Amino acid sequence: MPHQVSVFAENKPGKIERITKVLSANGVNIRAITISDSGDYGIIKLLLDRPAEGCELLAKEGIAATLKDIVAVKMKDAPGGLHGIASILSANSINVEDAYGFMVKSHEDAVFVFQVTSPQKAEKILKDEGLTILTDKELYFL
Amino acid sequence: MYWNQDLETIDRPALERLQLSRLRAALERSVRAPFYRTFFETHRVDIDTITTLEHLRDLPFTTKADLRTSYPDGMMAVPRRDVVRLHASSGTTGKSTVIFYTQKDISEWADLIARSMVATGATPDDVFQNMMGYGLFTGGLGLHYGAERLGCLVIPSSSGNSLKQLQLMQDFQATIMHITPSYALHLVEIIKENGVDPHDLTVKKAYLGAEPYTEATRKKLEELWGMDAYNSYGLSEMNGPGVSFECVHKNGMHVWEDFYIIEIIDPDTGAVLPDGAEGELVLTHVNREAMPMFRYRTRDLTRIIPEPCPCGRTHRRIERIKGRTDDMFIIGGVNIFPSQIEAVLMAIPEVGNNYQIVLERDGSLDKVHVKVELYSKMFHGDMKELQTLRKKITEIVRSTIIVNPVIELMEPGSLPPSQGKAVRVIDNREQR
Repeated sequence: MPHQVSVFAENKPGKIERITKVLSANGVNIRAITISDSGDYGIIKLLLDRPAEGCELLAKEGIAATLKDIVAVKMKDAPGGLHGIASILSANSINVEDAYGFMVKSHEDAVFVFQVTSPQKAEKILKDEGLTILTDKELYFL
Repeated sequence: MYWNQDLETIDRPALERLQLSRLRAALERSVRAPFYRTFFETHRVDIDTITTLEHLRDLPFTTKADLRTSYPDGMMAVPRRDVVRLHASSGTTGKSTVIFYTQKDISEWADLIARSMVATGATPDDVFQNMMGYGLFTGGLGLHYGAERLGCLVIPSSSGNSLKQLQLMQDFQATIMHITPSYALHLVEIIKENGVDPHDLTVKKAYLGAEPYTEATRKKLEELWGMDAYNSYGLSEMNGPGVSFECVHKNGMHVWEDFYIIEIIDPDTGAVLPDGAEGELVLTHVNREAMPMFRYRTRDLTRIIPEPCPCGRTHRRIERIKGRTDDMFIIGGVNIFPSQIEAVLMAIPEVGNNYQIVLERDGSLDKVHVKVELYSKMFHGDMKELQTLRKKITEIVRSTIIVNPVIELMEPGSLPPSQGKAVRVIDNREQR
C-alpha cells in the first residue's frame, strides 16, 4: 500500500521552505503536494518517491511528520474519469476524507489519490470493479 | 494632619524598640499555632535567641506555599472562639489562602486605614464611596471599617452598576472614592456619556488599588476626574489594604512600621539588601493576634526610599511596585500562576514539553493565549484530531483558570525550551 507523508505546520511564512530544504538536500523527490489549513495551523501532505525515508528525515529535524496509508487509483484524463471512481465509492458508502488528483500523461492517464478509514477495503472494491490500483512502487515512480 | 501623631512621627530608635517588643510577643504567641511549632522545629530555630531586630534574619522566610499547607487553620494562634473574621485571597481553583482576625486585629486594621486616609487629607467630613468588592476579598471591607473609624459617611456601593454609582455620587456628594484604576477609567467614560462633566462632581480624591498601574495612568485619571489619586499597597497575607499608603506628597507609600517590619531581599539569594536597593519586599506582621506572619515573601519588587518625607512621618516609604519575582499575572481580576496552566498541560499526552502564555488586550478585554507544542509522536496527520485536541485543551485549561483561553497549536521545537530562563509569560497588554 502506498503512503504519503503528513506534516504538521504552523500557518506562517517559511514552513514549506523548511520541509523542502530537508528533502531536497537528501535527494527526495516530491511527486505531489497539498495543504489543508485550519486557520493558524495546517497539514502539508507530500507524495514522495521515498516516503519512509523522507518522513524519517523530517522527524529527525524535529518536524511532526507521519506516514499515512493512501489509495491511488488510475483514471482516464478525460471527462468522466473521476466520476466513474466516485460513483463506485459512493455506491459502497465509502467516505473520502481527503483527496487530490494529478495528471500523468496529458489526455491519457491521471491518478486519484485519497485517504479513507479502511484503505484495504476501498482498494478491493475498486479492483473488483476493474480499476487499476497503483502499488507503492508504481505510484512513487510514475 | 495626623491620626496618631505620636506613633506616626515616633523617632527611629523608639520605633525600633517598639518593633522588637512587638516581634518578641508575636513570636511567643505564634507557637500556639501548629504550623509554627513544626516550622521552628524543622528549621531548628529557637525563638528565645531572637533578641534584636537583626536576629529576625535568623528566621526562615514564609511563603504562599506555607499558607496553603497550613490550610485551613494551621496558622491560627488563638482559640477559634476568639477569631471574629476570615478573609481569603483571590485565588482560582484549589485551596485559597485564608487569613484570620481577632476583634483586636480588626480594630487595629481599621485604625491603620484611618491613619492612611488622614495622611491623604481625609477628615470625618468626607463622604467615602467604596467601589471595591465586599466579601472574601480584603479591599472592600478593609477600607469600609477604616473609613467608619475615621468618621466618614461610607457608601458601601461595591463594584459595578455604573449608573447607580453615579447617582449615589451625585445624591450624597461623595468626596473620596476607593476604586480600581481600570474601573475608574471605565466609569469616567460612562459619566461623560451621561452628559455629566466629571470635574463638576464633588469627588476630590481616589484611592487606587488592587491592580498594577503606571504613574502615567495616575496622571491621566487625575486629569479626567479632576481629583488627586493616591497609591495604596497591601496584601491579604498582611491584613489587606492599609499596609502602606501615600501621603499628600504622593511620592512613595509609607509602610506603617509599628505594625510591619520591612526587608528588601535579593530574590535569588535571599540576602537582605541595604535601604535604597531594589529587590523583593519581605514583610513581618508584628501585631496580629489570630495569625502571626514572619518574613513573608510578597514576591513584589520595590525599593525603600531612605530619605525622610516632608510630611514629618518617620515611617519609611516604598516605591510603587515594579513587578513580581514570580510570573503571576492577573486577568479580569483573577490571579493566575503559569504553574497552574503548566500542571494541566503536562498531563495531556499530545502536548510537548514547552508552552508559552501570551496576554493580549482586545478592546477592554484581556485575553490569555496559550501556545502549546504538539508532541510529534501523537501527530497522526488528521485535521479532525487536531481540532478535537484543541477543544480538549481549551476545556481543560478553562476549568483550571476559569478564564477562557485561546489555545494555539505549535510545531515541536518552536517555543523556547523549559530549561534555563524560558520566558513563559509574554504580556502584550499596554499598562493602563
